[in-house]
Amino acid sequence: MATAAAHKAYGTEEEHAGTAAYERAFDAAVAADGRIEPRDWMPDAYRATLVRQMAQHAHSEIIGMQPEANWITRAPSLRRKAILMAKVQDEAGHGLYLYSAAETLGTSREELLDKLHSGRQKYSSIFNYPTLTWADVGAIGWLVDGAAITNQVPLCRCSYGPYARAMVRICKEESFHQRQGYELLLALSRGTPEQHAMAQDAVDRWWWPSLMMFGPPDDESAHSAQSMTWKIKRHSNDDLRQRFVDICVPQAESLGLTLPDPDLKWNEERGHYDFGPIDWTEFKEVLKGNGPCNEQRLTQRRKAHEEGAWVREAAAAYAAKHSDDTKAEQA
Amino acid sequence: MVLSHRLGEWAGHAPVLEEEVALANIALDLLGQARVLLSTVGDEDELAYLREERAFRNLQLVEQPNGDFAHTIVRQLYFSAYQHLLYSQLAAGDGPFAGLAAKAVKEVAYHRDHAGQWTLRLGDGTDASHERMVRACTALWRFTGEMFQPVDGLDVDWAGMDTAWLESVEAVLRRATLPLPEGPRSGAWSAGAGRQGVHTEPFGRMLAEMQHLHRSHPGASW
Repeated sequence: MATAAAHKAYGTEEEHAGTAAYERAFDAAVAADGRIEPRDWMPDAYRATLVRQMAQHAHSEIIGMQPEANWITRAPSLRRKAILMAKVQDEAGHGLYLYSAAETLGTSREELLDKLHSGRQKYSSIFNYPTLTWADVGAIGWLVDGAAITNQVPLCRCSYGPYARAMVRICKEESFHQRQGYELLLALSRGTPEQHAMAQDAVDRWWWPSLMMFGPPDDESAHSAQSMTWKIKRHSNDDLRQRFVDICVPQAESLGLTLPDPDLKWNEERGHYDFGPIDWTEFKEVLKGNGPCNEQRLTQRRKAHEEGAWVREAAAAYAAKHSDDTKAEQA
Repeated sequence: MVLSHRLGEWAGHAPVLEEEVALANIALDLLGQARVLLSTVGDEDELAYLREERAFRNLQLVEQPNGDFAHTIVRQLYFSAYQHLLYSQLAAGDGPFAGLAAKAVKEVAYHRDHAGQWTLRLGDGTDASHERMVRACTALWRFTGEMFQPVDGLDVDWAGMDTAWLESVEAVLRRATLPLPEGPRSGAWSAGAGRQGVHTEPFGRMLAEMQHLHRSHPGASW
């Protein structure tokens, strides 16, 4: 490896020429909306950006299980309990797809989990908010999954093949979850006055954090321009955020719930809804680890991992002892 | 329903991601079976959320807290082996549960396989995992006799099932290098047992958590 790295750093002229040719082929493939596959040459920075983004996405699925799992044992009907369990199971599955997709770039699930546990890689800021009532499960489905879909549907056309294919599968399930969340809120909104109030309170608490899921405004987004050139990203943060607001306003009306923004109103000229300013200080604090649940989420994740160490060790020891049996069975 | 609830408590806490998926999958199968059963005798939510502890008829085995992963796996091993035998008999008969049992027996075969595989890995894994499995097998052994007490209305060969259960569990434990536990499998210590509505202490707390929200909004629909 050292030799290869040295060659790269001090490489011969032919090698530089070779790299330039690879780079041209890569740029041409991306420009033509082609798919980059694991064995293809790709710029180191493209690889690093994808690993960072896919890992963060996978981590979000895994940490995102916690706020919802918080309500599994208290779900108010067996039907809702089954729906919620299935959803949390799907999230674990999404985490698995995404770690596998990230592994095609030469990293490993263990390495990525280690970075999550040590705080070197992030997960979506939204999961640092607490689920305080049953209605929060609905608000997460409708708003958080809704925002995730708005972000992720364009990723189905992302230039990196394994990521794009994982997103196709994930988006199908996510839109199902979103409909279920909407339907949960609708049942509450049309229920008793207490249930309606519960739904409204949840939407009030989750609305702004959901808008923050699209990331910082375009003029402050560090990775945006490069990601758009590489076609990892297809639309800017602000464009996607606007699209999401435009979708949500009529949905809130049909839910019979209001959105907690006095500045929200239709702008005929733009053909979009105008909305009030986002509290970017709060966003930055949550990203820095100072949100309401950052500590709790990471502690639980580390605890599950540490307490499960003996199980993973046992499975490895058993596999080592019995690798010959398996070979014998296969032969 | 009770075991499904216990497995639901694992969500977000499993030792590997694959087990998050597997445990939730098993919990969902069991919840599905429970909903069909409850719906045949009444309103599923009324029965789940508005009965008091003494009115529940579940086995004491399934209400046992999760403990560590070994504990959960042994509980699954004991119960899925029993369920598989029971549903196989019911599916072969022409009683009211034959249809449900025919579907459930396929799910339960998977559950039994999952528990069996983990029993092997943990029993025959490291010294530490072996020790944990021995402890779990012993701790839960006392709840296994109750499974074979005859239930009114079910035409099943209970004694034959008990023998078949012992054979199948013993075979898995032996392969996993684990000793068959000693000690009584039922008796005075159980003070009546789950089928009579007499439960162990952790069960009341489990129900309190499960029923709280539903009971806080009488008559509401969700």
